[in-house]
Amino acid sequence: MRDIGHEFLAQSLSKVIPLRPFLPELIVKGVQYRASDQVQLDIPTLSISGRGISVILGPNGAGKSLMIRLMHGLISPDAGQVTYDDLTVSGKGRARQAMVFQKPVLLRRSVSANLKFALKFGSTPKSELESKTNALLELSGLVGKKNQAARSLSGGEEQCLALACALARSPKMLFLDEPTSSLDPNATHRIEAILHHASVLGVRIVMVSHSMAQAERLADEVLFIAGGKLRDRAKSQDFFNGPTSVEAHTFLSGRLVP
Amino acid sequence: MTGFGDSLQLAMGLILSGDESLWAIVFLSLKVSLTAVAIAGLIGMPFGAFLAVARFPGRGILIVMVNALMGLPPVVVGLSVYLMLSASGPFGVLQLLYTPSAMIIAQVLLVLPIVAALSRQVVEELYGEYREHFLSLGVAGVRTIPTLLWEGRFGLMTALLAGVGRAIAEVGAVMIVGGNINHVTRVMTTTIALETSKGDLGMALALGVVLIVLAISINAAMSFAARSSARYAYA
Repeated sequence: MRDIGHEFLAQSLSKVIPLRPFLPELIVKGVQYRASDQVQLDIPTLSISGRGISVILGPNGAGKSLMIRLMHGLISPDAGQVTYDDLTVSGKGRARQAMVFQKPVLLRRSVSANLKFALKFGSTPKSELESKTNALLELSGLVGKKNQAARSLSGGEEQCLALACALARSPKMLFLDEPTSSLDPNATHRIEAILHHASVLGVRIVMVSHSMAQAERLADEVLFIAGGKLRDRAKSQDFFNGPTSVEAHTFLSGRLVP
Repeated sequence: MTGFGDSLQLAMGLILSGDESLWAIVFLSLKVSLTAVAIAGLIGMPFGAFLAVARFPGRGILIVMVNALMGLPPVVVGLSVYLMLSASGPFGVLQLLYTPSAMIIAQVLLVLPIVAALSRQVVEELYGEYREHFLSLGVAGVRTIPTLLWEGRFGLMTALLAGVGRAIAEVGAVMIVGGNINHVTRVMTTTIALETSKGDLGMALALGVVLIVLAISINAAMSFAARSSARYAYA
């Protein structure tokens, strides 16, 4: 992590994200999600609290994306409920969270107009709009392209902008759905660096990833999902040294023996 | 009966000499049709967007109806507006019949379904793209309409264009509610119909040429503007 200028990143970020001593708790209770009469996801109980980066790993179709969409209240479970800071995520709880999608969602406007749109939804006072926009431009490395149409950016730049837009609302919890799945190493590096610093400042990060290497670099803990169930939850180091569940073991050894 | 060549010569003469009555007719046509499209746009674009994002019982039927109304026969619209505005009709007291206002009302009714139906298509497509993102921001349903209309501005331009094309070329409705009164409600299409039956092919053809040139150039200019700005915004 050399050429990005970590101090600079952290500095820009601190203009948007306050240092938070503690963070609310996300509680998943008895959640089931069915589609066409099949249980796609079944999480009896799960709690995510405090600082850190949780990476959700698992094979395709395990229910990883479903899980973060449920935790962000974008879809409602058929049974059980998800609360954040004691508020349901399908209601007010979601306001303290943000999400970055796998394919960056950007408005058909300029880069800085996208950031301002997000800042306004984060109820940023007018007097801070310019300074925060500039901080986010620095953060995403797009200062020189602030007047460019957002959708004309490269894939990596688009995702950096989408991440900056999500952070513009100063969320306490940030979900990411495979944010770097189609990015080159440089862009991936920048995204990971931003996530690292955001987590230090006090944004709880929950991300879905397909890259074991990324999980090893970033994760404080790993949540392993297979067949719609949470099979394993462990500190990153412990998980990669020897997962307790059979499924995770098979998954990890599958990586070594193709 | 004069030949096509002679009529065309006569027509070009009228156009090039800046014939006053001809240009008055052209101007009135533009005034009526563009006003009608502006009003239809102000109502039809938000309404189309509402149909795209709102969920309520009967929405499907309403969408089918709006789509079907795109094919409203102008004469029937003219007749209905005539009945509403005639002295014995419910709005007879307004004394709007045989005025440009009546023609605008009729054309609004003709253009509204087109603008609404096309706007719904444009906005619904965008809504699919942005729905979860807006939900994540805490905005859902009807409250997304202003943003979606702005995001769909280039597509909506095309919807308005279709409306202009329909309004300016339509003859049945304005003939009935306008009455084709000289210097008052005579527009390009009604004049062409009248002059042709009178045998004054020069005037008819002159207006025909202007109508075609106008229709083509309004469309070309607006779609060029929409395209180049769309390219700029990568819409």
